[in-house]
Amino acid sequence: MSVNEVLPLAVIASSLVPGLLIFALPEHRVGLRTTLNLFGAVVKLLLVAVLLLGIAGGEEYAFRYAVLPGIDLAFHADAFALLFVTLSAVLWLLTTVYAIGYLEGSPFRSRFFGFFSLCVTATMGIAMAANLFTFFVFYELLTLATFPLVVHRGTPQALRGGRIYLAYTLVGGTLLLTGIVWLNALVGPADFAHGGVLAGVDGLPAWQLQAIFALLIAGLGVKAAIVPLHGWLPQAMVAPAPVSALLHAVAVVKAGAFGVLRVVYGTYGVEFAAALQLLAPLAVAAAITIVWGSLRALFQDDLKRRLAYSTVSQVSYIVLGAALAGPMGTVGGLVHLVHQGLMKITLFFCAGNYAETLGIHKVSEMDGAGRRMPLTTIAFTIGALGMMGAPLTAGAISKAWLGDGATAAGMDWVMAVLWISSLLNAAYFLPILWRAWFRPMPATWPEEGIPASGCRETAWLLLLPPLATAVITLGTGVLSEWPGSPLDWARLIAQREYP
Amino acid sequence: MSTGLIFACVGVVLFAMGMAGVLLLEHLLRRILAFNLMGSGAFLVMVGFAQRMDVPDPVPQAMVLTGIVVAVAATALALALARRLHALTGKYTLPPAADD
Amino acid sequence: MTEWLPWLILLPLLWATAAFLLGPGRGARLAIGTTAVQLALAFALAFELGSGSGAPVHRVGGWGAPLGIDLVADGLSALILILTQLVALPLFVYARIYFAAAAPAWFWPLAGFLVAGMNALVLSADLFNLYVTLEIVGLAAVGLVAMGGTAGQLAAALRYLLATLVGSGMYLLGVALVYGSYGTVSIATLTPLVSAGAPLAVWFAGGLLLIGLMVKTALFPFHGWLPPAHGGAPAPVSALVSALVVKASFYLILRLWLGPFAAMAEVAAALPAVLGAAAILWGSWRAVRAQRLKALVAWSTVAQVGYLFLIFPLLGADQLALHAGGMQVLAHGLAKAAMFASVGVLIQATGRDAVAGVAGVAACLPLTLFAFGLAGVTLMGLPPSGGFLAKWLLIEAALLRGRWDMVIVVFAGGLLAATYVFRVLQQAFLATPGGEALRVDRRRLATLEWTAFALAVASILVGLRGMEILRLLGVGA
Repeated sequence: MSVNEVLPLAVIASSLVPGLLIFALPEHRVGLRTTLNLFGAVVKLLLVAVLLLGIAGGEEYAFRYAVLPGIDLAFHADAFALLFVTLSAVLWLLTTVYAIGYLEGSPFRSRFFGFFSLCVTATMGIAMAANLFTFFVFYELLTLATFPLVVHRGTPQALRGGRIYLAYTLVGGTLLLTGIVWLNALVGPADFAHGGVLAGVDGLPAWQLQAIFALLIAGLGVKAAIVPLHGWLPQAMVAPAPVSALLHAVAVVKAGAFGVLRVVYGTYGVEFAAALQLLAPLAVAAAITIVWGSLRALFQDDLKRRLAYSTVSQVSYIVLGAALAGPMGTVGGLVHLVHQGLMKITLFFCAGNYAETLGIHKVSEMDGAGRRMPLTTIAFTIGALGMMGAPLTAGAISKAWLGDGATAAGMDWVMAVLWISSLLNAAYFLPILWRAWFRPMPATWPEEGIPASGCRETAWLLLLPPLATAVITLGTGVLSEWPGSPLDWARLIAQREYP
Repeated sequence: MSTGLIFACVGVVLFAMGMAGVLLLEHLLRRILAFNLMGSGAFLVMVGFAQRMDVPDPVPQAMVLTGIVVAVAATALALALARRLHALTGKYTLPPAADD
Repeated sequence: MTEWLPWLILLPLLWATAAFLLGPGRGARLAIGTTAVQLALAFALAFELGSGSGAPVHRVGGWGAPLGIDLVADGLSALILILTQLVALPLFVYARIYFAAAAPAWFWPLAGFLVAGMNALVLSADLFNLYVTLEIVGLAAVGLVAMGGTAGQLAAALRYLLATLVGSGMYLLGVALVYGSYGTVSIATLTPLVSAGAPLAVWFAGGLLLIGLMVKTALFPFHGWLPPAHGGAPAPVSALVSALVVKASFYLILRLWLGPFAAMAEVAAALPAVLGAAAILWGSWRAVRAQRLKALVAWSTVAQVGYLFLIFPLLGADQLALHAGGMQVLAHGLAKAAMFASVGVLIQATGRDAVAGVAGVAACLPLTLFAFGLAGVTLMGLPPSGGFLAKWLLIEAALLRGRWDMVIVVFAGGLLAATYVFRVLQQAFLATPGGEALRVDRRRLATLEWTAFALAVASILVGLRGMEILRLLGVGA
């Protein structure tokens, strides 16, 4: 095996192996567990850096292993895969740091970190999957590995959340598998390719391709939380904060959105999909989700649930970008994949900090939180402004490109949707900021816990990750034209997609 | 109709009666006897049906001998189980199954 | 190599007899050691078949058919041989510890005869010899099921015995009719004869063989005997009979279907599939409703057997359905053994056989729960397991023939399987009030836990060795 074959496997192994080792660790081996976790995360980052440099220089990283005749477990680390891989790897490191602080002293940490690493492994597999079969394998692995994290606390509410999560995702997986096998029976096994693979095959009945597309998108739409398949996401918020942060803001919902992009770009091809009349309905579904999610977010008092509905809304920007069927929409969708992840994880980190330090779970309890926890609230503010698309933040870049894409595609109603969404975002985020910064502090907090080690505000391990992601959010916004920025990378992908 | 074929037809009838007994009767001892009737029916068919030419065929006879050994073993096992069940419950009938 | 073939039958016969002579409860080490040798032999056979040297034939005693007995191995039989020893070996390690406290008298001899019967069955090449081996397997299994000695277990064993005797009685009558019509019981000789022309008696015989074997495989609606028998026996016994014994009669159906009765089978292909679909839905539904852990797993066997019968209308030149069947036999055998083994641990640790009773075991028995979960992944047909490959192949075969009804049944069965598997898993994650840990003897349970886990991992790894398995299945087929 050559180095170029080993590297994708190594990226997967760098979280799989520590994860399996952690399962075997006794509960009290805190030091060794932390070392394993951080070692895996850092190694993964280094490997990803090597891949990034190689791909920018035109290298190909691929590996295949035959599972059934004609069916391969195949990985291909292309530019698009790396976008998702890099995002997950960076955020995994930060979330691991956060989780170590968050779970200090709580039980079952070996189990937690073991499954956590498995989830990251699944995400890597999803990102680098070179065909739908491989994608599905890791997509289902992600479902299975997330379940123990959702029910981690073992309370009846947690079990209920887990049950709903499974009901949605397993049915979604079934639909997805139906679509994949049907496609496989129709055209044989096919790897993802630029411009799609179906356009070149003659004599395919259009109605079957449309039905398969519907099945695939329905299956992926469950994880991407496209309305009306989004019901699991708010329920899954019973999970501990790091799980909500990484998995339900980044890994799981992105896996769905990423899959939609793979199907549209890699399997059908944008032009072919547009010719089959598939993209307009997708755009409508995404638009409905964007507005509906924001509307529901307005009426949530529970902070994490408000963020969850915000996720429902924001993830569909990515889908919308693909449905616009043009290079600028593509760039907007791709770059939002990264930007939304950065901003939303910041918000979830901060929500976790409020809950852990002050016992704040509800928006109505946020009065004066900014004075008690200024740094956390600054990070929260940056994330929230980004979500609204305020200038200089990452969110502004995404929205600008999406808007240009809509204009280029002649879909002016999409512009209206983007505007409505921005207004709704402001409507549900600004009251939080106003309460946190401008309302007086209450005499006592709901449940104030003094962190064991840290500054006056909260434990260092809880404080640093949101600050880091907030800084990155600002950086990707301000320095978006720099080489190597997410925007730069998204344009590279779009160039390869639209030669 | 040759003798062999008559044997075979009688065998089929015996088999059917035996099977009905195993399925429909309640008393375990009767069911076990019915199973033996079933077996005998099959053996009759085996010997009779194969014997359409007047030369006796040794192969089915050997098979029937083996079959009888199997049937005896099965009967012994069934009787042992039935006796034990009787010792525990005082009945020679199967209690209703509790399957979940 | 052909000189080794009989040893796969002789070795278990020998250690079973030795265990019997050693006395009640003795013979565990002998059994484990010899089974390891058998496993090596089975793999050696598979490698030899894979290297393309053709199907080995051994004429017992040098007689040869029709008077003597021939032992023949091809890819399918090698696969079942590997499955049998692969399931038996960890389960024997498991059983040795499981029965250490109160050894039921005759587990080892009965288990030995069961394995010998299984091995003899898959190496047999004539219908009558197959009858004898079927009976050996059946009687040994009944003895094992009755071993606990409670009234419930005895009743279950008797029910099982009567069902299996009716099944083999029908099989025997079928064999008699076939012999009467053609004067031979050798499968290889029969195949051209039957396809050249089948008198009415042979059609009747074919029906008897099929239904008799369906009864023994516990296909819906003949499944009534299985849940009490498999759900009532001690865990190692349940694992052994659920993983292997139902596969024996299924193997035989497949053999006859693909061989002598191929021409007639086309007429009846819909029947097993309809019954299989009913088994999947009804068995899964009962598993979802079950209150006892072992009843849940036993009903799951009823459902999983149904998948095996879905393949019959899909058998064809592309081999997809046959591959699906072989993969399902292997994956289900390993997964079901793992599941019964882990349920055995759960019952020992919690002291009761109830789904509700596993609350909180995620905290104290994570490895067992993991084993249960991995086995469940295979049963649900989720990747990357052997069950997933089986499901994939089955769906692909169904889609290529436009059988959407089957696709729906397979997926409904998968979702129902997820429901009953996760019922147990989420109960296990429930935080127990007060958080008291279950009092378990860790040292003793460790072996039980690890063997269950090994079986579960094997059922997953099958999913990564699909190419080898399918290549093996293709030998001599």
